[in-house]
Amino acid sequence: MKEFALLFRQPSYDHLELPEAEQAALLKKWQDWLGGIAAQGRLAMPPTRLIPGAGKVLKPGGVVTDGPFVEIRERLGGLTVIRAENLEEATTLAHGCPAIDYGGSVEIRQVMG
Amino acid sequence: MSQERTTIDQLFQQEFSKMVAVISRQFGLEHIETAEDIVSDTFLTAAENWAEKGVPENPAAWLYVVAKHKTLAHFRRGDVWQQKVLPAVKAGMDTEEAETDLDFSAQNIQDSQLRMIFAICNPAIASESQIGLALRILCGFGIDEIAAAFLSNKETINKRLFRAKEKLRTENIRMELPPEHMLDARLDNVLHIIYLLFNEGYYSRTQDVILQKDFCLEALRLGLLLTTFPVTAQPRTYALIALMCFHASRFEARQQAGEEIVLYEEQDETLWDRELIAQGMQFLALSASGNSISSYHLEARIALLHCQKEDTPEKWQEILALYNELLFIHYSPSAALNRTFALYKADGAKAALAEAEKLQLEDNHFYWVLLGELNSKTDPAKAESHYRRAYALAQTVAEKEGILRAIKRL
Repeated sequence: MKEFALLFRQPSYDHLELPEAEQAALLKKWQDWLGGIAAQGRLAMPPTRLIPGAGKVLKPGGVVTDGPFVEIRERLGGLTVIRAENLEEATTLAHGCPAIDYGGSVEIRQVMG
Repeated sequence: MSQERTTIDQLFQQEFSKMVAVISRQFGLEHIETAEDIVSDTFLTAAENWAEKGVPENPAAWLYVVAKHKTLAHFRRGDVWQQKVLPAVKAGMDTEEAETDLDFSAQNIQDSQLRMIFAICNPAIASESQIGLALRILCGFGIDEIAAAFLSNKETINKRLFRAKEKLRTENIRMELPPEHMLDARLDNVLHIIYLLFNEGYYSRTQDVILQKDFCLEALRLGLLLTTFPVTAQPRTYALIALMCFHASRFEARQQAGEEIVLYEEQDETLWDRELIAQGMQFLALSASGNSISSYHLEARIALLHCQKEDTPEKWQEILALYNELLFIHYSPSAALNRTFALYKADGAKAALAEAEKLQLEDNHFYWVLLGELNSKTDPAKAESHYRRAYALAQTVAEKEGILRAIKRL
């Protein structure tokens, strides 16, 4: 089996402003979705969440800026690595990702072995 | 059974491992078989002597004195004395000490046992052999008891132990604590073996209930021994002990109903050992330091929630979240199945069924029990066919009976 990185992107992270109960519901969605992949023995490493907002970008010439980190609409919010036979299967596993429900996307990339 | 006999059996269980550890530490692990022989011989002498004169006031101290004599007599005769002890003496060691010191002080016994734990729970040895050696050398179980637990025979176990001891020699394993940079990984291995030892008792297929319980208690004792040393008294050590306490609290109830998925619900909670649960909670509190969460932490918290019989949605949501986290760290088929069962209890059969069908655990009888349960309300005929497949794969009588009861309930 090969390893594939799943990169979760979302256009906004406004949900962090949501009431606690709704945040908990969202967390459950993510945990259950990732738990479902893990229950199939397909998770290669524990998922990693990135703290939105806080961060720096280092550019050539020692230029340091705050976000936005890249010039695209959706920002990276987290990542994980899964195991799958091929890119198609990895993409199938990525279905149901909560990021998509919130207008975001999952980028699926094979890890160099 | 005479009074002397039971006393000696109990003492053997308690003292065998201590004495073998002390002698092996003094003369080297390559003499572990000699150490075992000397200690067994000491117990023979005790049996003869005590039958005649009665059990001495402090039997353990009596055993230590006799073992010391026998050990020194043995090693004085042999080459070891010539090649190892005398040169050490000549090199300036205190003659008196080198010659007669076999230190059975409480401190040295504990130190030696800790070193023995690390020597035996060594990844250079196959894990099955580590368990066998641990049962024999660390816990003092007899060969027939170990054979009974593994559903094997004495010859097989003897061979396995022999090979494991040979490995101790060829790998040049010493009775030392691992160097500091390796301690974390080696402690993980030690804890893993203790947990396997516990499970060997807890999920044992032998019908011998007393033996099962003894295995569990010995695993707990080894865990507790680790807490007496700062280097091994780590949060995950406490977490493992908490986990073992919570599991062990249901020991009696399990004897009647069984542990897994469907069977668990039939347990009579009045048989749960409240005192062990309370002790487990103390250890769980001690485990809550540092910033890394081990699988033992998660499993202990799950086990604690299972010690609460009331079925609230919150309880199952919490169990589900813990199983998710557990699977993030470490996949196992049983965690995957239990996670799906928790999903069923938390969010209903429909959600769980979709997830269950992805698990690909067709060889596992609990998988079919789970599918049977998930289909029981909506499609009893399908549920029954699932239960039938589970029945065909189930290994123990209790499991098979539980499945038949589930079919009857449809």
